[in-house]
Amino acid sequence: MTEIKRPTRISMPQSAKRGEVIEIKTLIQHEMETGYRRDAQGKTVPRDIIQRLSVQYDRAEIFSAETFTGVSANPYLAFSTIATATGDIVFTWTDLAGATTTEIRKLTVT
Amino acid sequence: MRGYDTVSNPVALTRRAACVGAAAVLATSSLGLRRASAAGTVYVDDGDSDSAIKAIAGGRPITTGRVKLTMPELAENGNVVALAVEVESPMSAADYVKTIHIIAEKNPLANIARFHLSPRSGRAKVNSNIRLATTQTVHAVAEMSDGTLWSGTAPVLVTLAACLDGG
Repeated sequence: MTEIKRPTRISMPQSAKRGEVIEIKTLIQHEMETGYRRDAQGKTVPRDIIQRLSVQYDRAEIFSAETFTGVSANPYLAFSTIATATGDIVFTWTDLAGATTTEIRKLTVT
Repeated sequence: MRGYDTVSNPVALTRRAACVGAAAVLATSSLGLRRASAAGTVYVDDGDSDSAIKAIAGGRPITTGRVKLTMPELAENGNVVALAVEVESPMSAADYVKTIHIIAEKNPLANIARFHLSPRSGRAKVNSNIRLATTQTVHAVAEMSDGTLWSGTAPVLVTLAACLDGG
C-alpha cells in the first residue's frame, strides 16, 4: 500500500493516569474533493477524499471513522480513549485510492 | 483549529443582516420539529426523504433520545459546520455505543460520516466539521451494543451552501 506524507496535526496529552479518559484531536490536510464540482473548463473535478481514519492503541482499534464527501476539507476528528498502558497510538488515514498516511504518538501511562 | 470568524468581512455582515428574518422563520419551524419528535418515542419523519436513515435502521425502530447533536443554529459557511455528538452510555463492556451515523438528507450524499467506538473509548463523544448543501435538519443515529438505535437532531440554517460554488 502506498504511503503518502501529508501534513497532519494531532493534539493529545503525552502522559495520563491509568484509567483516565483522554481526548485526542486529529486533523489531516486534504482538500476532500467531492466530485460534484466543475473546473473552469466545465469538467467535473474527480472525487478525491480521505475515506477512513483508524486509530490503534494497546492491541486494539480504539476508534475509527468512515468519512464521506460531506466531511469538510482538512478533516477534523476529535474523540476519546481510556489510557490503558504506555505505548504507541497509531493513526492511519486512508484515501479513496487506498493510499495511507500514518502518524505515531507515544502515550505514557502512570 | 476553527478560526472561521467572518465578522470583519462586510459582505458577510450584509448576508447576516439579510438572514435575520429567515432565522426567525427557521426558529419557529424548528420548534415545530422538536415538538413532533418529543410527542412520540419512535422517530418521526419530518418530511425529508429519509432513505439513508431507513437503510441504517433496516426495519428496527429508532427511538428519539440519548443522542445529543450540537451544531450552530446558523451556519454562515456550509463548507465548514462544527458538529459535536455525544451519546448517553455507560461505555462498559456490556453496554456501549458501537456506531454513530451522521446523516444530512439534503446533501448530495446523505451519509456524512460513521464513527466506530468501543468500551475503550471511555466516553461516547465525537467532534468534527461537516459540509451542508442547504438549510436542513442533521440527524445523528447511535447504534448500541444491544442493537437498539437512538437518534438526535439539530436544525441548521445555512446561508452559504457547500457544493454549489462551481469551483
